[in-house]
Amino acid sequence: MKILGISAFYHDSAAALIIDGQIVAAAQEERFTRKKHDEEFPKNAIDYCLSIGGITADQLDYVVFYEKPLLKFDRLMETYIGYAPQGFASFKKALPTWLKKKLFLPREIDKGLGGIYHGPILFPEHHQSHAASAFFPSPFEKAAVLTIDGVGEWASTSIAIGDGHNLKMLKEIRFPHSLGLLYSAFTYYTGFKVNSGEYKLMGLAPYGEPIYVDKIKQMIDIKEDGSYRLDMSYFNYAQGLTMTSDKFHDLFGGPARQRETDATQKDMDIAASIQAVTEEIMKKLAKHALEITGTRNLCMAGGVALNCVGNGKILQEVEGLDNLFIQPASGDAGGALGAALFAWHQILKNPRTVNGKDDLQKGSLLGPSFTNDQVAEALKGYNAKSHYHATEEALAEAVSQALADSKVVGLFNGRAEFGPRALGARSIIGDPRNPEMQKIMNLKIKFRESFRPFAPCVLEEDMQKYFELRAPSPYMLLVGKVKDSIKKELTEEEKKLFGIAKLNVPRSTVPAITHVDYSARVQSVDDKRNPRLHRIMTKFKEKTDCSVIINTSFNVRGEPIVLTPEDAYRCFMFTHMDVLVLENHVLYKEEQEKLEGADEHLADFELD
Amino acid sequence: MARKSFIGEYVDYLKQSKKWWLAPVMAVIGLLGVLVVLGGTSVAPFIYTLF
Repeated sequence: MKILGISAFYHDSAAALIIDGQIVAAAQEERFTRKKHDEEFPKNAIDYCLSIGGITADQLDYVVFYEKPLLKFDRLMETYIGYAPQGFASFKKALPTWLKKKLFLPREIDKGLGGIYHGPILFPEHHQSHAASAFFPSPFEKAAVLTIDGVGEWASTSIAIGDGHNLKMLKEIRFPHSLGLLYSAFTYYTGFKVNSGEYKLMGLAPYGEPIYVDKIKQMIDIKEDGSYRLDMSYFNYAQGLTMTSDKFHDLFGGPARQRETDATQKDMDIAASIQAVTEEIMKKLAKHALEITGTRNLCMAGGVALNCVGNGKILQEVEGLDNLFIQPASGDAGGALGAALFAWHQILKNPRTVNGKDDLQKGSLLGPSFTNDQVAEALKGYNAKSHYHATEEALAEAVSQALADSKVVGLFNGRAEFGPRALGARSIIGDPRNPEMQKIMNLKIKFRESFRPFAPCVLEEDMQKYFELRAPSPYMLLVGKVKDSIKKELTEEEKKLFGIAKLNVPRSTVPAITHVDYSARVQSVDDKRNPRLHRIMTKFKEKTDCSVIINTSFNVRGEPIVLTPEDAYRCFMFTHMDVLVLENHVLYKEEQEKLEGADEHLADFELD
Repeated sequence: MARKSFIGEYVDYLKQSKKWWLAPVMAVIGLLGVLVVLGGTSVAPFIYTLF
């Protein structure tokens, strides 16, 4: 049986195909169209999924859309009525797209599938899709399922129990009360772009002190079970076109920071404070979810589950938790996968087989791949000079040597990742021992803010030597502290530094991936999910005695992660990257002819 | 499986959610919405779209 899941017309449109319960393919539309967070109908992603399944749309048995449009429309209208006449500007903006498109999704889906699919279209709820994306690919027979995001239809936070192939929703918190929207309000207030800058706010938090927690708690009432209620007089998102109200600005002593201006110490303190409050709620919700479900396994999804600092705290600190699985595509893209799995297991009642240990997400490497012949063909178009390494051994030797020589390497390898994290298939990697590497990569490769930290890949077998995490983190969704044994003692002078000045002080033997609070967003690399990357890192360890490398997504600021060899080559040539690995082809910058058009290419991407 | 029209789906939704009070309100909003669409005016962009 062939089931296509679709997420579209909100954030991050995507498609996923499952055949007889197996995840066959999943991809985000933005990777094809090169428009970050593309929300249009995922035509390219669907075409890709169908091609991997070897089928056409008329051979699909079910198409599943990841949320219920009527229920969402109900929420919108009730909200407008509730706030009338205040929300008229928002109403005026929302109505056309609903009346033209969103209320008529079957028509839009038929059109998008070329008019040849005539089967059923199913609509699970937004949080059911998230919960399904977290539980069904997890290794657990039974688990508590916690989903937290901005908002779907009505729910913004929900707790469910997953048991076998059943998923039962137990509790929910409803719009306008939303932890995701609270975090987004602070993202907006601290001068970042909502719905993409949240991870920057999280990265800024360690530079500050949580001195505004009490003020934040004036606008949110948090109960012991993690449930919460916002005082809506501080917010404007339900009825207006901005996130925060004048009362919010008065509380924090001024208007929101203008984008692209320097973050101040106050912004950093606010970031630290909202992060602390978010973690408190996440931990309480996780604890409560485990208590009411009577399990010790937890699954998570929804945009807030990408808050890997909060996730790390849950793993390390929540009592009663043994095992944690977080859907790697926790944002709305993952809803496509969840919707398809929901139909297969929950609606069609097909059993699932798990072993309690290995997840069914396939390393989240579910996107397109390219053969060496396709790479060679692409390179020919650029007249590029490459070195072909026929064996894995020779390739690993060449790449690890480049890393040991402090070169910045673009790694393009196998099927692309599904989800926002680059996991070694479309990554830029480097040597974390070099204290200058963070600045070099931020300013010369990624063209992004210098305060932002980089994440490490660590050989799974050596993870305990470097990081305080009690379980592997194959999907880079957990932040843990670096071990005391690799920390570097700070001088009295260095301890007195505050704000961005902290950045220039090396804090461990791997300074480029150690954030100013000694934390790191870890990806543990094993030889099952990522054999090539594991081999390269093993060789790097042989040369340097270091089991860690830097891993950041293969893109520049504002650009979706590269998908094709052409995307990768352009990104390589238009930045200061030194080496490019395209499958078994290795390219060195100094051997390439200059490629024109850098400014135009980089200008294509709106800053995030 | 035969697909229902939008109106059919909506009546089903009202039945299931027992929100009959929404029906006349929706009719007025729908009418107003049509006017907005036909008017074709644009307003400032959202900081965050909730729909």
